[in-house]
Amino acid sequence: MAFISAGYNPDKPMEGRISDIGPRKFDEFYPPVIARNKGKWLYHEIVEPGILMHKAESGEEVYTVRCGGARLVSVTHVREICDIADKFSGGFVRFTTRNNIEFMVESKDEALKLKAELNSRKFAAGSHKFPVGGTGAGITNIVHTQGWVHCHTPATDASGTVKVVMDEVFAEFGAHNMPAPLRISMACCLNMCGAVHCSDIAILGYHRKPPLIDHEYLDNLCEIPLAVAACPTGAIRPSKTEINGKTVNSVAIKNERCMFCGNCYTMCPSLPLSDKEGDGLVIMAGGKISNRISNPKFSKVVVAFIPNEPPRWPTLAKVVRQIVDAYAKDARKYERLGDWAERIGWERFFEKCDLEFTEHLIDDFRDPAYYTWRQTTNFKW
Amino acid sequence: MAKHKTPLLDQLESGPWPSFVSDIKQEAEHRHANPDGIEYQIPVDVCDDLLGLLEMSYEDGETHWKHGGIVGVFGYGGGVIGRYCDQPQKFPGVAHFHTVRVAQPAGKYYSTEYLRKLMDLWDFRGSGLTNMHGATGDLVWLGTTTPQLEEIFWTLTHDLNTDLGGSGSNLRTPASCLGQSRCEYACYDTQSLNYAMTLEYQDELHRPAFPYKFKFKFDGCPNGCVASIARSDFSVIGTWKDDIKIDHDAVMGYVKGEFAPNAGAHSGRDWGKFDIEKEVVALCPTGCMSWDGSKLSIDNKECYRCMHCINTMPRALHIGDERGASIFVGAKAPILDGAQMGSLLVPFVPVEDPYDEVKEVVENLWDWWMEEGKNRERIGETIRRMSFQKMLEVTGIKADPRHVQEPRTNPYIFWKEEDVTGGWERDINEFRKRHQR
Repeated sequence: MAFISAGYNPDKPMEGRISDIGPRKFDEFYPPVIARNKGKWLYHEIVEPGILMHKAESGEEVYTVRCGGARLVSVTHVREICDIADKFSGGFVRFTTRNNIEFMVESKDEALKLKAELNSRKFAAGSHKFPVGGTGAGITNIVHTQGWVHCHTPATDASGTVKVVMDEVFAEFGAHNMPAPLRISMACCLNMCGAVHCSDIAILGYHRKPPLIDHEYLDNLCEIPLAVAACPTGAIRPSKTEINGKTVNSVAIKNERCMFCGNCYTMCPSLPLSDKEGDGLVIMAGGKISNRISNPKFSKVVVAFIPNEPPRWPTLAKVVRQIVDAYAKDARKYERLGDWAERIGWERFFEKCDLEFTEHLIDDFRDPAYYTWRQTTNFKW
Repeated sequence: MAKHKTPLLDQLESGPWPSFVSDIKQEAEHRHANPDGIEYQIPVDVCDDLLGLLEMSYEDGETHWKHGGIVGVFGYGGGVIGRYCDQPQKFPGVAHFHTVRVAQPAGKYYSTEYLRKLMDLWDFRGSGLTNMHGATGDLVWLGTTTPQLEEIFWTLTHDLNTDLGGSGSNLRTPASCLGQSRCEYACYDTQSLNYAMTLEYQDELHRPAFPYKFKFKFDGCPNGCVASIARSDFSVIGTWKDDIKIDHDAVMGYVKGEFAPNAGAHSGRDWGKFDIEKEVVALCPTGCMSWDGSKLSIDNKECYRCMHCINTMPRALHIGDERGASIFVGAKAPILDGAQMGSLLVPFVPVEDPYDEVKEVVENLWDWWMEEGKNRERIGETIRRMSFQKMLEVTGIKADPRHVQEPRTNPYIFWKEEDVTGGWERDINEFRKRHQR
């Protein structure tokens, strides 16, 4: 494994340096039919689950075959995507915001052949590589974060929980049998680099134990004022502690004021929160992004805690199934999950989803909490 | 033969959904077999050790990644996130495992030629594991060592004409929907605005000068496929001002059942015959539509463009022609003081190259936020702390009823002295001449 240089000279870092050029320009990568008809699309149709047809003013059609996949993909897997694109879609491919893959072809025949091809490809252990679906009133791919694969603050794994949930709703991924699109998102801690707070169903990793304090090292690794300032509830204060007969600067934490956000750990590595029993999942529901019919809205916490149960998180899968089934059975056509819950009332939502309502689900964080309490006689038995 | 036993992860190879475990194993085997004779620049068993470390997390219920260190390429303050595992003796292949964010093309279209070159580079100098794509939009490369960073950057910029993305207290890599390239709903060219803004603000993207992160996202219409209103500090959402265009023959086609409603999105269930009265007119949130049995009418002045009727009958109804965008500011995830949705700042802005009207808004916001924002305060929090009125003042935008869901319910108005006739300076003795103590 000899080091091979691409041309960079560490003694003269500015020599031949190119910077601030930004990404490649998007239109270099348009399939020809897209380049020809950009801005002149008339309408679209979902031919069958996973296949979209867009019709242009010119009369031309483009058929898009959409398939799901893990967000975490290897170069070998991406090369296989390239092979498929070379064979079927003129050497072009696109990825969606929700980690789906799209191949565009110019006839329905080609699209159907491609769909069959994609659905036939499997990993050695048997799972699909490129399941076709993710369109219309179904459940599309889950957007998610890094989890235990590659992050220092998670309260759960992301790839594993997503795999388990997508296995559970696999039939719905390849079908149009929901009342409206149902979007599931996953973030492995409150930082939410996946921003799941406006999803029909959100899976969120959460800690439940206050930080441990690594007194011996804290003052060497952290700026104490920053750690103190990081706490949104003012639970952290500077303090001095005795370690092996020596007085060291450190912090003290009022545990009862901790809401387990982990912001202190972001600022100070000597305040870790991770814990096997403490960590787990919060389920939120009823959020949306689209302005269709009703305004965008935040997801609400509907299950305060599900323990981490790797590798298959059975309780998580079961809870998602309960919500999906209750919604699919009861909601009206075009009604998003949150609109359904608001129409029937949240008291009915918990009943129909067979979820227990506990005191944890009543907001007690700052001013907005008050606006979520019931201030009317309009409630149901 | 796998380097580490992974009985827990192996259980994630079952089930129909693509297994990331199977894929990592596939890559591990590929690196050992090395059919193309690549001189791997980081340990060959990096994928094996990642699986081993992950298995340990599945046993312990805790992550084994340490806080990131400060690593990067010369002159940039973002684009690379330092990553080290806390069990380097057991898993030396992932002892140093930095993330590289590569700027994605707007709308995430690729040619296989370009994509293969990207993969070749990452195969050679990294773990061979990627995210297609990260939540912000970048192509994310998981795991390489410090000496490889400058080399990767060199090849990206010299041979692939591509740059790193954003991280830290920078402008983050902007993202957009695919817009007019393949969508009839797009009210402006989202990819083009995305690209123009990305190039214009390369300095802000690569060199941290902000109080905290700042995200641009560009949605072509109120359907919001990139979720800009929830996920970006500066969200640009396409809209129009004139009338929805109606093709009355096509409306009749839907009524007669010739076309599937909602482009066929509900095909998996029997929802009964399409009922335009119930499914379109009655669901219109503004009640601005009517159907007389043969003709659909829209009182466009009362329409607020929620997209429902257009989504439901895409052959018959089309967005208007006087197009532009609305700008929303301040969305963020809950950390710290709760989630925020983007708040409407500019109801309508024209979106035309060179996009000066959009740039002016963002530059005014930045000047203010960089002056007033606290360390690690998102602009949405600055607005809450300093008031919406302050944001209007710094952007020179006049208050408009569209800015609010409803007017305030308390009268605690922070009047300014200059707003009040005669000012605030008064003489108590003059007052006492009229009112005894």
